[in-house]
Amino acid sequence: MLHAASPAREFDAAAPRRRERALEDLAGGFARWRLAWALARSDITHRYRGSVLGPFWLTISTGVMLTALGVLYAKLFRMDVTDYLPWLAVSLIIWNTLSQSVTDASASLTGAEGVIRQMPLPFTVHALRVVFRNAVVAAHNLPLIGVVFAVFGVAPSWTAVLALPGLVLLSVGVFAASIFLGMVCARFRDIPPIVGSVMQIAFFVSPVIWKPEMVGHWQPWLPINPFFAVMETVRAPLMGETGGIVVWLMAVLWTGALCGLAWVFFVRFRGRIAFWV
Amino acid sequence: MALIEAAGLAIEFPLYHHNARSLKQRLLASSPLRLKQNEDNRIVVAALRDLSFTIGDGERVALVGPNGAGKTTLLRTVAGVYEPVAGSLRIEGEIGSLIDPAAGMDPLLTGRENVVLRSLYRGMTEAEGRALADEVAGFVGLAEFFDVPVRGYSAGMNVRLSFAMATAMAPAILLMDEWFLAGDADFMKRAEQRLARLVTDAEILLIATHDMGIVRKWCTRAIRLEGGRIIADGPVAEVLGPEDAT
Repeated sequence: MLHAASPAREFDAAAPRRRERALEDLAGGFARWRLAWALARSDITHRYRGSVLGPFWLTISTGVMLTALGVLYAKLFRMDVTDYLPWLAVSLIIWNTLSQSVTDASASLTGAEGVIRQMPLPFTVHALRVVFRNAVVAAHNLPLIGVVFAVFGVAPSWTAVLALPGLVLLSVGVFAASIFLGMVCARFRDIPPIVGSVMQIAFFVSPVIWKPEMVGHWQPWLPINPFFAVMETVRAPLMGETGGIVVWLMAVLWTGALCGLAWVFFVRFRGRIAFWV
Repeated sequence: MALIEAAGLAIEFPLYHHNARSLKQRLLASSPLRLKQNEDNRIVVAALRDLSFTIGDGERVALVGPNGAGKTTLLRTVAGVYEPVAGSLRIEGEIGSLIDPAAGMDPLLTGRENVVLRSLYRGMTEAEGRALADEVAGFVGLAEFFDVPVRGYSAGMNVRLSFAMATAMAPAILLMDEWFLAGDADFMKRAEQRLARLVTDAEILLIATHDMGIVRKWCTRAIRLEGGRIIADGPVAEVLGPEDAT
């Protein structure tokens, strides 16, 4: 039998060294990215176990919803389907990714209760698991944008490359949300339903099914809405625009604020998580 | 070198998600033993109170005591699941924990795949995990069941798999809760041999159990917990009394 090097672990309630522990948690969690990936992958395969199409049901249901909403809302808003549907496809797929990630983030720690109470594991792993799981789901939906573009003959422009930093920004945001919301929702069980209804309201007040220019002179104020700012950093590039400096600045600002908040909570309350779940 | 050193260690479980006010009135009206109010006026269960002990190389320690004495909580605290609210804890050496056989186990994966998954939990790579799985296959004693989803295992098989996984990692400190006594005679004999080898390599075994036979056979020292406090600590014969007494 081989012997692992003996790591020493010390805890003194009088000197908790919280910041140091939080950093160790992050480092240890990222070092175990393989575990987070394996868990995220099995989350998806377990959800569709025994199903013939498996995770492609995600693609199909998004496709059906797109067709139905696209045709109906083009009629309601008196817009050309060939113009509206590609825009809606990009919009809705990004929004679904964002909104499902946020809802998922609320359960990042309560969902891993069994592991948290039985073995010491960096909490970062659970947050990474949420990011990876939603990335897998997004990977099943994003290709639909290509299909819709092909059907309606929309040629993607070079700006589409800018969607990549947008997706990175979104992932960072989902990671921070998994830490922050995960902790708050573990402690206060009324928060998850609140998150659910906030996301529902956000769906209607953010330009997801309606176009930003429809609000007229309010349009410059839209980036104050964090969901719009973050969503636009992916959507605008895919639609052949850059999104503008204000949108990017606000998206970075909002994501940074969320990261800051998550860090403060994580440092202060990390040691209590095992008692909360 | 393996070491567990606790000084004034305390763990309190806050009672969240309950109707705290009526609970408070009811409980504090009588004079509670384990329940108290912390500085935030919250009702907490004092699970472990002011524990001080040192366990060094080669010691095989049994935690004994009635249900709710704090044995499993102590195991989990040593494992690093709970952070103490008071006191200090120092651990030297890699920990292998056998606290819950189902922890981190995916019932839809086979025994072999679960060994790989567990290796990932420990921060190893998938290749290292597969190598470990081959090693575990040698002594787990599950025969063809090793490649069957864990869902189809009996309780005893689960225990075998967990035990094999935990000891294959060659931990310096092995923590065990009483469930692992679900193995059959053959398993118990193998387990004993494996533990003997682990412990002769100068390491620590910490086991929570009600089975005094196991304590006398396997352990060198016993710690008796009651109400979250240590009430006796010493050689097995001293703590448990003479053999015929139990």
